[in-house]
Parts: sequence; structure tokens; C-alpha cells
Amino acid sequence: MSDVVTIEWYIALCTILFTIGAMGVLLRRSAIIIFMSVEMMLNSANLLFVAFARHLGDLDGQILVFFVMTVAAAEVAVGLALIVVIFRRKRSINIDDLNLLKG
Amino acid sequence: MLLSRNAIYSALFLVLNLATIAVFYIILNAPFIGMVQITVYAGAIMVLFLFVIMLLGAERLGGVRDTEGWQRILALILGGVLIGVFGAVLLGSTGTPLDTASSIDSSPTALGLRLFEGYVLPFIVTGLLLLVAMIGLVVLSISNKNSNQ
Repeated sequence: MSDVVTIEWYIALCTILFTIGAMGVLLRRSAIIIFMSVEMMLNSANLLFVAFARHLGDLDGQILVFFVMTVAAAEVAVGLALIVVIFRRKRSINIDDLNLLKG
Repeated sequence: MLLSRNAIYSALFLVLNLATIAVFYIILNAPFIGMVQITVYAGAIMVLFLFVIMLLGAERLGGVRDTEGWQRILALILGGVLIGVFGAVLLGSTGTPLDTASSIDSSPTALGLRLFEGYVLPFIVTGLLLLVAMIGLVVLSISNKNSNQ
């Protein structure tokens, strides 16, 4: 590889970040940590958007990052409120304890 | 971030990760996005996370057991498959360097112009989404108060 930073390096970095986030969702059972892993996956997608906006010389990728950030902020606010309510009801944030829908 | 038992350590590692991504944004000629990243993510969202972690006392729960052995092995296999698929795609591609010559104008003025020229409807829908999220939070907190009484 040359010393020039190619777009592939950014794709590789975002892949690693996304995989770490997915592993966090799969491995951990604490609802808060799962939320943080989802944030990490959204961030890797954002970074890839900005990298391709730079690569293609187009501003639309950066616009899309704003929308993703807004949706992520709304999601985190609602999700953390849900976690607080669930914790008050069940005294636990372990997602294995949330089996009310189990038949 | 994944390996620390304490949720607060995970949150602080995530702050580090978000700050690093903000630095990448600035490197990628998107300084406004980088500043928004620091303000919104590292400022607002992570404070919300840490607030909830400390409010629930989740860092001292300790009873949050993680996945069992076969789930962990399956998760590792799936993660390996995910990174393998992306890596296989990457290995087959030729390196195209980032065009450093053509620097796009990514000032807040240009971003705002582009936002309000071509993305007015998504902007309005986003505002509606934030309104619905706010109403949802109010409803959640009210019903929670009633259930405690």
C-alpha cells in the first residue's frame, strides 16, 4: 500500500467499528450497553457517509449525516426513557428479563 | 468498550470513540459536522447516557449476566463472517486515493443552502419526528408517575 489514504481505509475502519457495535449487541445483555453499541454502528455509517462525500466531492452525504444524527438523538432519548421505565417496573435492565411476550 | 464490566467505563470509551470520529470528520473536510458531532454526541447524548447509568445505579448492579457460552461462540462466528464479507469485498478492490485537490465547500452556509434547497421535506419530517419523540417522553414520564402512586 502506498502512503496515500484511500477510500478503502475508511471503509475498513467503518467495517471494524460496525462489527464491534454488532458484537456488542450480540454479546452483552445490559440494555444500556446495547444502546451504546447501536450508537457506535450509527456513527460508523455516518463516518462512511462523510468519507464518501469527500471522495465524490458531493455535499449530500454530509446533509444525510445531519438526518442520521437527528434520528439517533431522538432514538436515544426515547430509548433511555423506556429503559428508566422498565427499570422502575422490573428492577433490572437485563434484556433476558424482558420476556413478557413469551408465550 | 465491550469488555469492561463497568457500564461507566464503556460510556467513557464511547466518548473517546466519538471524539476520534469527530477528528476524522475534520480531517475529511467536514469541520461543521465534526463540531456538531462533539456537541450533540459527546455533549448531549453521552451526558444522557451517563445520567441514566448513574440514576439506575447500573454500574453496581453486577447481576447483569452476559450471554451463555454457545451464544458467545455464535456471536463471534457471526462477527467473523461480517468482517470477512466486508474484507473480501475490500481485498478485491483497487485503491483509489481520496481526491485531495477538489475540496468541496462544506462551510455551514453551503450546508444550509443545500439543506433548504433540496431537502425541505425531510427537514420537516425530521422536525415532526422530534416532536413525536418529545410527546412520547412526556407520555412515558406521566404514566410512570401514575403507576408509582
